[in-house]
Amino acid sequence: MSALLRVENIVKKFGGITAVNSCSFEVEKGSITALIGPNGSGKTTAFNIITGYLKADSGTIEFDGKKITKPTPASLYRAGLSRTFQQARIFPELTVLENLVISSSFDWKQLLGMRVSAKDRIRAMTTLEEFKLDKLHDLRAGDLSYGQRKLLEFASVLMSNPKLVLLDEPTAGVNPVMIETMEKHIRDRNKAGVTFLVVEHDMQLVMRLCNPVIVLDHGAKIAQGAPEEIQSNPQVLEAYLGS
Amino acid sequence: MSRNGLLRGGLFFASLISFPFLTTSQWLTNMFIFTLMYVALSSSWNLVGGYAGYPSLGHAAFFGFGAYFTAIVFQNSVGNGWPPFIFLPVVGIVAALLSIPIGYVAMKTRADVFAIVTITVLFMAQSLAFNLHAVTGGAQGKGVAVPPFDSSTYGRPFYFAMLALVALAMGSSMYFRQSKIGLSLSAIRSDEDKAHGVGVQVTKVKVVAFALSVGLTAMVGGIWAYYEGFVYPQFAVDPLITIGMVLMTFLGGRATLWGPVLGAFILVPAQQYLSYQLGANQFYLLAYAGIFLVTMLILPRGILPTISDKLRLKKKQKEALA
Amino acid sequence: MHLVVQALILGTLTGGVYALMASGQTLIFGIMKVINLAQGAYVVLGAYLTMSLFQWTHIDPFLLILLTTPILFFVGAATQWFLLRPLRPADATELSLLVTFAVALGLEGLMSVMYKTTLRSIQPGYENHSWTIAGYQVNEVRFYAFLLSIAMLVILYLILQKTKFGRAIRATVQNPMSAQLLGVNSNLVSAFGFGLGVATSAAAGAVFGLITPFNPGSHYDLISRLLTVVILGGLGSIGGSVIAAMVMGVGAALVSALSAPVWSDFTFFAVLIIVLLVRPRGMFGAKVRGAL
Repeated sequence: MSALLRVENIVKKFGGITAVNSCSFEVEKGSITALIGPNGSGKTTAFNIITGYLKADSGTIEFDGKKITKPTPASLYRAGLSRTFQQARIFPELTVLENLVISSSFDWKQLLGMRVSAKDRIRAMTTLEEFKLDKLHDLRAGDLSYGQRKLLEFASVLMSNPKLVLLDEPTAGVNPVMIETMEKHIRDRNKAGVTFLVVEHDMQLVMRLCNPVIVLDHGAKIAQGAPEEIQSNPQVLEAYLGS
Repeated sequence: MSRNGLLRGGLFFASLISFPFLTTSQWLTNMFIFTLMYVALSSSWNLVGGYAGYPSLGHAAFFGFGAYFTAIVFQNSVGNGWPPFIFLPVVGIVAALLSIPIGYVAMKTRADVFAIVTITVLFMAQSLAFNLHAVTGGAQGKGVAVPPFDSSTYGRPFYFAMLALVALAMGSSMYFRQSKIGLSLSAIRSDEDKAHGVGVQVTKVKVVAFALSVGLTAMVGGIWAYYEGFVYPQFAVDPLITIGMVLMTFLGGRATLWGPVLGAFILVPAQQYLSYQLGANQFYLLAYAGIFLVTMLILPRGILPTISDKLRLKKKQKEALA
Repeated sequence: MHLVVQALILGTLTGGVYALMASGQTLIFGIMKVINLAQGAYVVLGAYLTMSLFQWTHIDPFLLILLTTPILFFVGAATQWFLLRPLRPADATELSLLVTFAVALGLEGLMSVMYKTTLRSIQPGYENHSWTIAGYQVNEVRFYAFLLSIAMLVILYLILQKTKFGRAIRATVQNPMSAQLLGVNSNLVSAFGFGLGVATSAAAGAVFGLITPFNPGSHYDLISRLLTVVILGGLGSIGGSVIAAMVMGVGAALVSALSAPVWSDFTFFAVLIIVLLVRPRGMFGAKVRGAL
């Protein structure tokens, strides 16, 4: 197995507070890796750095064998690294279908072409069917329920055929049925070859779904391993329970 | 385009084309020329202010640019009267090229700062128009040669030129709605950071929209200068022109095809009527401000989107009941 | 050299007046995140008010400020309460900009109807007096105007630092959400803050009317300079805009002394564009921290 994403010694300080402190970890190709840790452990900051939304003070990130010198969300997206947001960021004014179309990068020539071409439609509808959102394709995305928005965001990031998808709390605030649905889609896509890095608070889901699990505390990695190992790791217990 | 849309567009243009042959009334023709002028202007403004959500307050600078450009080239002779019209594409293209660096810089900022940068461009243009005597004639203005048109149908060529620009501006608007440029702009208006994050070519489409929008605006300015026959800095680079474009688009509905058209057809005749009734110029500044404020407060989304929202809601309720 | 020093004196005096105008505008931005495009129009309104009251009562324009300040305070508070407060939060930023633009136009129209568009000025009789110090001219009115502006800025500072209302404003600037949670009535703070920001244009209008001839259209000149100053000073920071106003005042005076007056506005614009080019959103970044 080889590492798809390699994070090395990244540091990020906000004012006097060190959010990420010389953090290093790897995400193996084909895995569903979890990134967990107590509140304020630096998960979200690390996430934002990896996806180019924040600039690290120091450290290196390597994706798909290439060192990324100037990460921007756009360049990473084109390279095959995409993400979802905790609050399900979709384009509320676009239709469900258009949300998928806009997320599949296009070039200059396509830019001048049809808003939604027949080809776009077929591709987007296939994905929407997979997520059972096809009946809603004509609806304004802003009119969807919260859970449906999360599904839509997940579906739309898949349109660019990403190698790695970072999911920021994919099941936060959604109902149990939707959690199962989300879990199923993650598994399906993982079987199809997509690697996942997941930040999640629902520990049962993490233990069911992810392997390995990486634990952060105070901005640094304190443990990594299979779910069972992590559950019995004293350092992790201490971090979570505090002392 | 839907069949209804085609029908609506066909009817709209057919009646506008036949209009000059139905009447020779000069004031009516004059009023229609100005109405069409604002239809073209607000439809152009809508490309940036509506679809992209970048409220430019500087469009009058490009209107003035087109006006001066035309006036300067044709100050001595307009030949048989047609060359200034034939020259218009040059005006548009030069203005569009000129706007690329301006748009590039201005669009690095977001909505409110963007408005400030563009209003600064307007002030700069105004200052240039007043102070570059050698080019613009300063406060004395610049005259355009008089065309040898028949006096009974004098307004007609200008009318049709404006109508052509209306078609061009509405055509661009239509094209935006149906192309990926338009889709990208909608995404940018909705959430620009996210759009950037999913690989939308944010800068490119914004600058293209800006260039097209101000290019069209400059062409309208060119016809205006020719029609008026004289270009004064305070009228050519007038904040009121900017505000007219913005107001009409807002009233009718931003980011819609027909909103700016509707806005212009309501406000321009109203404005002409007001200035005819009240005489004094200053009053319609007040009236303008009043209408603007009322629009913002009561119809912040504009007439057409408000209506279509109501319809959507009704349909939803019906479906829920069924 | 003489020319340069003279320009420095003039620029400093003018810069002080701009500092006063800009402090009001930047205060409004700090509290409400509204860029008030009507600030210039309020200043011109202040000038006309002072002129009318002076012609009517013959009280010294500097004293009339005691009367015009509360008037403009209420005009400002009313603007916020009736025209800005009702806007939906979703598009408030964009719409508030256009609303204030409409207010500027409305005021321009109103003043044009009442006073026509001929250039006016406030002439208390000593407007052309000046002292000669070591060979340099110091215009008396400009000097008083400068002193007044400094005094008003100090008063503004004291209001913000020492009063309960000032604390509520500063809390709102720093963190609107928690200020609200702690029981600060944000609508009231906004109305008061807007009123306070506009009230500064009473004094600014009086001194503007004393040092420059004006007409209803003058607000365009004013607002274009003010925008440059407040952006340069880091929107929302009063200290920043005072410094920016002084720099711009001196800079413009130097340019107009060394080349031609008409290009001094251009310096403003050019600087603005360059600043935005270098720090497109950076100016906003500086806004909350260190504000006021």
